[in-house]
Amino acid sequence: MDLFSCDVLVVGGGGAGLRAAIAVAEGNPQLSVAVISKVYPMRSHTVSAEGGAAAVIKADDSLDEHAYDTISGGDWLCDQDAVEAFVREAPEEMLRLEHWGCPWSREPDGHIAVRPFGGMKIERTWFAADKTGFHLLHSLFQTSLKYEAIRRYDEFFVTRLLVDDGRCQGVVAIELATGQIRAITARAVILCTGGCGKVFPFTTNANIKNGDGMALAYRAGAPLKDMEFVQYHPTGLPFTGILITEAARAEGGWLLNKDGYRYLQDYDLGKPTPTPVLRSMELGPRDRLSQCFIKEQEKERTFEGPYGHYVHLDIRHLGEKVIDSKLPFVRELCLKYAGIDPVKEMIPVRPVVHYMMGGIHTDIHGATPLPGLYAAGEAACVSINGANRLGSNSLTELLVFGARAGKAAAAFAAEQAEPSPSLLAQAHDEQRRIEAGFLRKSGGREKIAALRTEMHQIMEQSAGIYRTESVLKDAVGRLQRLRTRSQDLALDDDSYTFNTELIAALELSYMLDVAQTIVHSALERRESRGSHQRTDYPQRDDYKFLAHALVWCGADGSPRIEYHPVTITRWPPGKRVYGR
Amino acid sequence: MASTIALTVARYRPEREAAPIFQTYDIPFRKDWVVLDGLNHIKDTQDGSLSFRWSCRMGVCGSCGMKVNGTPKLTCATFLSDYLPGPVRVEPLDYFPVVRDLVVDLSDFMRKLRQVKPWIIREEESPADGEYLQTPEQLDTYKQFSMCINCMLCYSACPIYGLEPSFIGPAVIALAQRYNMDSRDQGAAERHKILSEHDGIWQCTFVGECTKVCPKHVDPAGAIQQYKLTSATRWVKSLLLPWSAR
Repeated sequence: MDLFSCDVLVVGGGGAGLRAAIAVAEGNPQLSVAVISKVYPMRSHTVSAEGGAAAVIKADDSLDEHAYDTISGGDWLCDQDAVEAFVREAPEEMLRLEHWGCPWSREPDGHIAVRPFGGMKIERTWFAADKTGFHLLHSLFQTSLKYEAIRRYDEFFVTRLLVDDGRCQGVVAIELATGQIRAITARAVILCTGGCGKVFPFTTNANIKNGDGMALAYRAGAPLKDMEFVQYHPTGLPFTGILITEAARAEGGWLLNKDGYRYLQDYDLGKPTPTPVLRSMELGPRDRLSQCFIKEQEKERTFEGPYGHYVHLDIRHLGEKVIDSKLPFVRELCLKYAGIDPVKEMIPVRPVVHYMMGGIHTDIHGATPLPGLYAAGEAACVSINGANRLGSNSLTELLVFGARAGKAAAAFAAEQAEPSPSLLAQAHDEQRRIEAGFLRKSGGREKIAALRTEMHQIMEQSAGIYRTESVLKDAVGRLQRLRTRSQDLALDDDSYTFNTELIAALELSYMLDVAQTIVHSALERRESRGSHQRTDYPQRDDYKFLAHALVWCGADGSPRIEYHPVTITRWPPGKRVYGR
Repeated sequence: MASTIALTVARYRPEREAAPIFQTYDIPFRKDWVVLDGLNHIKDTQDGSLSFRWSCRMGVCGSCGMKVNGTPKLTCATFLSDYLPGPVRVEPLDYFPVVRDLVVDLSDFMRKLRQVKPWIIREEESPADGEYLQTPEQLDTYKQFSMCINCMLCYSACPIYGLEPSFIGPAVIALAQRYNMDSRDQGAAERHKILSEHDGIWQCTFVGECTKVCPKHVDPAGAIQQYKLTSATRWVKSLLLPWSAR
């Protein structure tokens, strides 16, 4: 087996991973750093982010305002020390990206332009038209090419973490092109693998978003945190789940039910006005807007289409000029995938799984409880997002906490001894597991797609926008049975060359682990907070649940939950008020 | 309306076939389906061994470029309904080595991408605080060239790249021009060395196929022509005013 080694190994080549790698290369040029990714970095899902990235830069704004919007938006489950660090470091990170060439949209005088966004009281969202994630990712990737110290393993799929002596010391990975198993040892590992939207059937997430890093950390003994908090974005295109950015509402778009009525006014989100008002109506937070949709559906005031219920997003009144300059991608996507022109027609939309607030438990430096293991980006839970992330905080989070994790991992790596010699034996065990369990296995009866579809059904029924005890309990059992059946997979493909069926099988196993942690955490949290709404416990319960849920993988493989205090610095828990 | 449609898909498994073969699959026809949905239907229900790349399914990650009925396309943005009654032929992109089935080897492009130094190059340090000012008009001069998703369709359409694999190619030249035209950048002279070499822009005979197939309207052919003009001007200047040429 080929053995590679480096000082810091970054798993994932999206925004957080690239930012972390650059932080290592810049801060500790004597260290070697490698980025391993199952896709070429520019394919990473950061590419799909649209609306923008929040950071205080204008004179009328303040760090405290950004912090308060974030904390109240997160229904007080955010760790406030992390939020304070986040808002403080956000502007310098965003400026750094500007210096690296990100084509931010500008004011006529050449300064950075900002736009409003949901749940934010002051305009602070930087944007590159409505392809912000695309430009951010390509700017980071192209800049990363400048650093000789950054080595890349493109199209390598990580199958396990190497842990020895209580410390994470590398990974085992399959090189897709050849099917060969490689061990890559490292003095520190940073997981930046993104979210897990694909555990649900209807999601904005790309095919690659299977919770790989979350499952890897969980299996290696690091806990996941706040996994019950799943963000539904209120405006996805039916069938495809393609995201129509919140920027469409920030620029002045309206949400209308089947009677042409701006229904959000019925849900304590403010009064309708012709032009957008911050923290009001269509610029309310995502959790509330998605919940309103379900209420409208219950009142039979939504449209019924072949792909479920929907409402209308109307941006016609913005006019072609604004749409083409501020929302060109919205128009492109609607024309291509919905067959409508939003300049002339209303856009059909429905809530769609978009983002995981939860993830790998880390401290404010990106460190997990497992020494040598770090995490950043959507894969991680620091937590700045609490029970509901505000739009345009996630791209900024990639930068701030990607950089932090990179620096912390580099400092840790510089202090470590050589990797343990026993790691190679672990890697050989893993090779045997892959061979015997998948490639050279005979007699399996289950198909990947069938199990995946069942998982989707379970998750949508039990862990959707509204949840309840009996359905969640049932889901726990059904997922357990699905896991057992997944041991009996039959693959059609026994090739070593670019075997995407093998990868899909491994991804399914990651998703089943992550799905279990979501359902268990949702069952145990007997309150309603942010994106986690329990019909049987409709109130927020700060006495019992102003706490993070940490999920550990038990000895028998079943999840074990412990609660962990939320850090409150300056903003005691209060009521979330919008539209007033 | 048709209830099924045939996809004729190129297969190549190096452990099995010495050369690519075609395999035909009948799939349900749905008007909302793109070619990629058809391939996924095959993979999920008929033949799990069919290999292809895909990710975002919204035309922005650049993974799923293939030839559809002979033309390079993003399969997530190419509707089956445009090919009725079928069959639809799906093949790997031209001019790249085929790794497996519809998966091609991109390492040549990845190497060339880095050669052209696609990052901001400046002689002086970044400003102490604040952003570089850049007006919307300055942004517009390079914005189009910054929209490239590296999907490789332009390489697959470029007859020059087909004949001369050392040609640095349309997307890379457009990207170089994206930085050259950026008011924050001062690296045009460094990139000029790479672009004006043998493998650079002079090989392009302005066939324009790259611009035709580009799904993001980047217009690499325009970038190449624009750069040729800059480059020629630079050369003339260097003859007339050797002391000031940069």
